[in-house]
Amino acid sequence: MMHASNLAQPSLSAQRVTLRAGARTLLDAFTHTFYPGEIWCVAGPNGAGKTTLLSTLAGLRQPAAGHVELDGVGLADWHGQPLAQRRALMPQSAPDTFSASVLDVVMLNRFPHLTGWGWEREVDREAARAALDVLGLSDLAARDVLSLSGGERQRVALAAVLCQAAPLLLLDEPLAHLDLHHQIQCLEVLHEWTREAGRTVLFSCHDLNLARRFATHALLLDGEGAAYAGPVRDVLTPALTSRVFGYPLVLIREGDHEALIPAARSRHESLSVHDTPARG
Amino acid sequence: MNRHPGSLPATLQPMSAKRAAAIWLVLAFAALVVLMASLALGSVALAPSSVIEALAPLHASSPHAASADLAGEIVRTLRLPRALAGFACGALLAIAGALLQVLLRNPLAEPYVLGVSGGAASFALVAMIAGCAWWLVDASAFAGAFVSILLVLGLARHELWRGEPQDTSPRLLLTGAVIAAGWGALITLLLNLAPDNRLRGMLFWLTGDLNGNAMPWTALAALVVVLIAIVPVAPRLNVLLRGDAVAQALGVAVMPLRLRVYLAASLAAAAAVTTAGTIGFVGLVVPHMLRLAFGNDQRMLLPAAALGGGVAVMGADLIARLVIAPAQLPVGVITSIVGVPVFLWMLLRTRR
Repeated sequence: MMHASNLAQPSLSAQRVTLRAGARTLLDAFTHTFYPGEIWCVAGPNGAGKTTLLSTLAGLRQPAAGHVELDGVGLADWHGQPLAQRRALMPQSAPDTFSASVLDVVMLNRFPHLTGWGWEREVDREAARAALDVLGLSDLAARDVLSLSGGERQRVALAAVLCQAAPLLLLDEPLAHLDLHHQIQCLEVLHEWTREAGRTVLFSCHDLNLARRFATHALLLDGEGAAYAGPVRDVLTPALTSRVFGYPLVLIREGDHEALIPAARSRHESLSVHDTPARG
Repeated sequence: MNRHPGSLPATLQPMSAKRAAAIWLVLAFAALVVLMASLALGSVALAPSSVIEALAPLHASSPHAASADLAGEIVRTLRLPRALAGFACGALLAIAGALLQVLLRNPLAEPYVLGVSGGAASFALVAMIAGCAWWLVDASAFAGAFVSILLVLGLARHELWRGEPQDTSPRLLLTGAVIAAGWGALITLLLNLAPDNRLRGMLFWLTGDLNGNAMPWTALAALVVVLIAIVPVAPRLNVLLRGDAVAQALGVAVMPLRLRVYLAASLAAAAAVTTAGTIGFVGLVVPHMLRLAFGNDQRMLLPAAALGGGVAVMGADLIARLVIAPAQLPVGVITSIVGVPVFLWMLLRTRR
C-alpha cells in the first residue's frame, strides 16, 4: 500500500540515508517520506547536519549510504532541468560579486524554464515580479543587489526560489538575518504557498517557537545519528529538544500561546542533561 | 523610493536579445572604423578609396597600376595581417579575462593570472636564447602556456572540480598567482643569462608586440573555437555567478561547465600570448568597461568583450605605429599606459 501511494502521490523520500562529516556519523540510516501540503522545520544544534541533509535531499551531494527518491525515482536518475523544475533549493548564502538588479537576480531562477538561446520571455519577467510582490519587495526590483542589507538579500533569495515555480522547496535558514516581523511574513508566505496542491516546504531554522507555530512537521537532528520526525508538536517537545540541544527547555503556556524557553538556572543544575538515556 | 526606469544606471537596466544585438552592432561598427583607419594610416598614408581598392581590386589595369600595386602590397601583406592579429589577440584576451572573472568570481582576475603568459614567455625565451626560428619560438610559447595551464589544473584540480556549496575559488586563484610568480623569477633568470644580441628581441616579446605578424590565422581560428565553445553556455555562466550551489540546484552541471570555461579561457590566453606576447590590461579593463556601460549579463558581455577587446588592441597598435613613426612602439606599452590609470580609477571609485 505504501508503495502504491508513493507512485500515486508526488513525494520526497529518504531511503536509509546516512550522512557523515569526516569520522562523525551525523545521520544514520534515516528513512522518511515527505508529502505535499506539509511544512517541515529541520532543527538541531550547529553542525548537526541540517545543511548537509537539505543539500542531499536536493540532490547536490551523495549520501554516504542510502538514497533519495523524488516521485518514486532516485535523484541520480533525474536530469538537471526537470529536477530544477520539480524542486528548488535556497542555500544559506549566495555570493554577490558584480552589480546586478534585484529583478535580474530573482529572474536567474527561471533558468530551468528557459529555451532556445536562453533569453527570458515576458512570462519569466512576470514570475519574478510576482515573487517579489508576494514578499513585499517590489520597490527593490531596480536596486543593485550589492546595496542590499543582509535581511533584504535574504528575502530576495526567497523570492528567487519562489519564482522558480518548483513544487518542492528546500530552504536552508531562510529566516537568518531577518527581524521578527519579516520572519513571520516569510513564514506566512510559505504557509500560503503550500496551500496549493502538491507543494511541500522543508526549511531549517533555529527558532523552535516559530517552527511550532508555522510548521506542520518537524525533523529534529541530534548530529550523532538520530533523527526524530513527525508532527511538529510531537517532535519539538521539551523532552526531545532538551536532549538534542543539551540544555533543559520548558514549555510554558498562556491561553492559546505556547513557548519553549530555556529553563531557569536552578532547574538546569538539578536536571542534569548528561544523565539522559539513549536516543530513540 | 520609486525610481523612474529611465533614470536607472545602465548596469541595472534589463538586458534583452534586442539590446544585446544593438550593443554588438555598435561595437562591430567601431571595429570596422578602427580597422579601416589601421589600413589607411601609417608612414604611408592612403586614401580610403585606395584601401578599398587594395582589398578588392576591381580593375587590374588601372592607369595608376604601379602605385596601386604598392598600396595593395602595403595593405594586404603588412597592415591587414597586423590589424587582424591585433583584433584577434584583443578579442581573445578580453574574452579570457571575462571568463576568468566569472570562473574565479573575482573582478580582478585577468588572462595572465593563472600563469599562462609567464609559462609562454619562459618557454619562448628559452627558444630565443637557443636561436630557434620564429615558428619554433611560437610553438614553444604555446607549449609553455599549456604547461602552465596543466600545472595549475593539476595542482588545483580539486578546487575546480568540487561542486560543494562552499566557494573554493580563492585556492585556484592563489595557485595560479604563485605559479605566475615562479615563471616571473624564471624570466628574470633567463634575461640575465641571455646573450646581449638576443636581449632586445626578448624584451620586445615580453612587452607584447604585433610587429611583423604575418600570421593572424591561428589567433583568429582560436577566437572562433572559443566563441563557439562559450557563447551557447553564456546563460549558464550567469547562473554560475550566483555560486556553485545555486547553479547546481538550477540544473547546471557545474564541473563540466567550469572545465569548459577554464579550457576556453586558457586556449584564448595561450593563443593571444603566442601571437603577440604579453599585452597587459586588455583582459582586465575591457570587460570591466563593458560591465560599467551595459551590465554583467554574460550573454551580452562575452561577444561584446570579443568586439571591444579587438577594437582596443587594434586601436592601441595603430597608436603604437603612429606616435613615433616611422619607428614603432610595442603595443603592450600603449595598453599598459592607458590601462594602469583606468584600472586604478575603477578600483578606487568604488565606495564601500
